[in-house]
Amino acid sequence: MRNTRLIARLDVKGPNLIKGIHLEGLRVIGDPQEYARRYYEQGADELIYIDIVASLYGRNSLGDIVARAARDVFVPLTVGGGLRSIDDVRAMLRAGADKVAINTAAIRRPELVTEIAQRFGSQCMVLGIEAKRSGAGKWEAFTDNGRESTGVDVVEWCRRGYELGAGEILLTSVDQEGTRKGFDTALIDAVTKVVPIPVIASGGMGSTAHMVDAVEHGADAVAMADILHYNRMSLPAIRAAAIDAGLRVRRDTEIAA
Amino acid sequence: MSVVHIVDYGIGNLYSVSRAIEKAGGEAKLTSDAGEIARADRILLPGVGAYEPCISTLRQTGLADPVLEFAATGRPFLGICVGMQLLFDYSLEFGKYAGLGLIPGHVAAIPASDDAGTRKVPHIGWSPLLVPEGRNGWEGTLLDGAEPGVSSTYFVHSFNCVPDDPARRLAEADYAGFAVCAAVEKDNITAFQCHPEKSGPAGLRILENFLRK
Repeated sequence: MRNTRLIARLDVKGPNLIKGIHLEGLRVIGDPQEYARRYYEQGADELIYIDIVASLYGRNSLGDIVARAARDVFVPLTVGGGLRSIDDVRAMLRAGADKVAINTAAIRRPELVTEIAQRFGSQCMVLGIEAKRSGAGKWEAFTDNGRESTGVDVVEWCRRGYELGAGEILLTSVDQEGTRKGFDTALIDAVTKVVPIPVIASGGMGSTAHMVDAVEHGADAVAMADILHYNRMSLPAIRAAAIDAGLRVRRDTEIAA
Repeated sequence: MSVVHIVDYGIGNLYSVSRAIEKAGGEAKLTSDAGEIARADRILLPGVGAYEPCISTLRQTGLADPVLEFAATGRPFLGICVGMQLLFDYSLEFGKYAGLGLIPGHVAAIPASDDAGTRKVPHIGWSPLLVPEGRNGWEGTLLDGAEPGVSSTYFVHSFNCVPDDPARRLAEADYAGFAVCAAVEKDNITAFQCHPEKSGPAGLRILENFLRK
């Protein structure tokens, strides 16, 4: 069985950590740094930052947040939202990111995936997907946080993204996001069957049973937001449940402070 | 305070590495100066991405020779990720490229299994470190204090080091039945495929041990 990563996902807008439902109706949660440090100290395997309005306004306010995080957080950081060029990616990596998640810019210009992979390595190039159900066993890729329809089929796009050089896929279900009703396991199934690279399931985690479901359907990592931000469950408790369920997760998460 | 000179040839997550050294109690100095490298107390060779750009940039910047000279001084030398792979004779990533030849051996792809679900490449994630067969624990090494089979570090790589002498293997990790070479040790040189700077407390302990060398 594969090892499973437990990832804290922090969506940010301007200087604030926020949380929405279906990526909309955003509520301010607090200072992202405070949460990032807490999640690191509680043993998060990785953090993902997504600037959820950056691609709407064509700017990126993430650099400072990432640089601050990299001072205190010694686990991998993935950063996305509004990154459109090699220069944007380089700036983010310099700020302390390890990987970048690219959605909108990759859909507009797929060659960007290859350019990033060649320049910085595939391991750095995470294909960001915002998937909405469009029919039985079909999903459409959206951009700009689930607002913009693209007509692109998610499964086909994931396959293409892999061929273009993506090293990992951040698979967000817009339908499930913020609902706490569980991951879209059919989506996870469909994508993990066609790409041989790791897939991070995102959107819908309301209980540890959902996490186990996602892994059983092929996810290599599980991203969680709501359940952590609102303190519905702590990371150590989630990890303990993962171990009880027989998932292979990191077991040496001492208090990191 | 122990000073670590990080070889800055323009490639690598230098900020994260510097911050982790500082967190471990040391002072991190980026350098692309040959003389500074030669005089350093200890150096760290980073590297991320593909092999060829790393080795050719290291040579083009004129830092390959100073790194070799430093290695010969016997002072503590730490390689990380591609900075580990560069120490070997050659790599087979996208062709065949000569490395620094400090550790006899080569770098080869992690075999992807037939069943796409079991072993994905790249290998991304946390794996517990294991003591290789024939080695008697980690006392006195940079893994001093790590608990075999429990202490875990973060990996992200598609290629894997194969030292000619298996005794150079300091630690392994099991990746779906494939024994990843997680760390090697030869004289004053220790190198990790995984990322101590991204491996939480277990990784910081490796850096603390390096600072005490």
